[in-house]
Amino acid sequence: MYETNYHRASSIEDAVKLRQAAGEGKYLSGGMTLIPTMKQRLAAPTDLVDVRQIQDMKGIRVTGRTVRIGAATSHFDVASSAELAAVCPAITGLASHIGDPHVRHMGTIGGSIANNDPAADYPSAMLALDATIVTDRREIAAGDFFTGLFETALEDGELVTAITFEAPAKAGYQKFANPASRYAMTGVFVVRRDNGDIRVAVTGAGSSGVFRHKGMEAALAGNWSPDALAGVTVDASDLLSDIHADAGYRANLVKVMAKRAVAAA
Amino acid sequence: MAKITMTVNGRQVSGQCDDRTLLVHFIRENLGLTGTHVGCDTSQCGACVVHMDGRSIKSCSTLAAQAAGADITTIEGLAANGELHPVQAAFKANHGLQCGFCTPGMVMTAVDMIRRHGGQLDEATVRAELEGNICRCTGYHNIVKSILAAAAEMGGARVAAE
Repeated sequence: MYETNYHRASSIEDAVKLRQAAGEGKYLSGGMTLIPTMKQRLAAPTDLVDVRQIQDMKGIRVTGRTVRIGAATSHFDVASSAELAAVCPAITGLASHIGDPHVRHMGTIGGSIANNDPAADYPSAMLALDATIVTDRREIAAGDFFTGLFETALEDGELVTAITFEAPAKAGYQKFANPASRYAMTGVFVVRRDNGDIRVAVTGAGSSGVFRHKGMEAALAGNWSPDALAGVTVDASDLLSDIHADAGYRANLVKVMAKRAVAAA
Repeated sequence: MAKITMTVNGRQVSGQCDDRTLLVHFIRENLGLTGTHVGCDTSQCGACVVHMDGRSIKSCSTLAAQAAGADITTIEGLAANGELHPVQAAFKANHGLQCGFCTPGMVMTAVDMIRRHGGQLDEATVRAELEGNICRCTGYHNIVKSILAAAAEMGGARVAAE
């Protein structure tokens, strides 16, 4: 790892100030992606601003059906929240299968979505749940937030502080995990709301990162059942192709995971 | 260079290190506690697992600076008064190791797992919970057996104490 300067922020304002004062700085949350990336010298921030211990960025609040998760809340805390499981068990289940137990103790929801790894689990949940990403300066709809591979709408120095969403009537998530890394080779998060709105978001498969599949949404709007997806075509031309799975294989996985997600919802 | 202070195995310790120093190197090189191992160094294998504020973490993927002020337990901190911790004793009794390189991480993982699941542990849960720990000798069979034996022993002890 190249040299870096570590700073621990005590508040959101403090973090933003420290980050502004830094040269090529980065926010550090759990560090489960950033530290290994720095060890490989694929990232070399001059400064790290640790936000993991900012109290205003921690914890889960459920008010009626409105959910607010602090950005520095660990995957473990999301996975083990009974309050959250009562209104949206799909997201607690998703969190319980990220990485491994040790990674879940450190990694955070804010870090995951700010990094926007195309194979990460959370972006699909944010998009399907139509979540709002709260930052130090504004609120961004998930649909506008994830802009490409490892790319987001965040400005330089902008800090994700929380995410909020309305818990839907039904939600389900299923992934086909890479057998070594446990990242999603394809993961599909499905949501159905009381007003009939359907969202299907796919991670791990798209060549531009997480995306909604409108064809599956339309099919499920008519008939909320795994069978409704049988006739839907998934276009392989926009999907990732790599040593783990080619685009055609992923296209099939999208459909299979979507069916399983609807069945699980 | 920064001076870092934390509690390790119940004792307050301090050391000078670079901001980029990993927790595992601080533990091994500054504190001389070499029971915590560096295996893969890519956060896959779990040989470096320690507890930070009561939760298992991978110390090869955590900066020492992130752990400043925290309460750390390493494998050296488990045995009390010369008596093996029940998990260590179970690994010994059930031959839960061969070369032993992964064992500190396995034991620290097992202690964390038993703390979270208590008497609810079954074989499938243990195997799922071992996701972040790799052993290249045992085929895991006796590791799983050791953890289940320790969980039963510790669960029993807890009931007896109540």
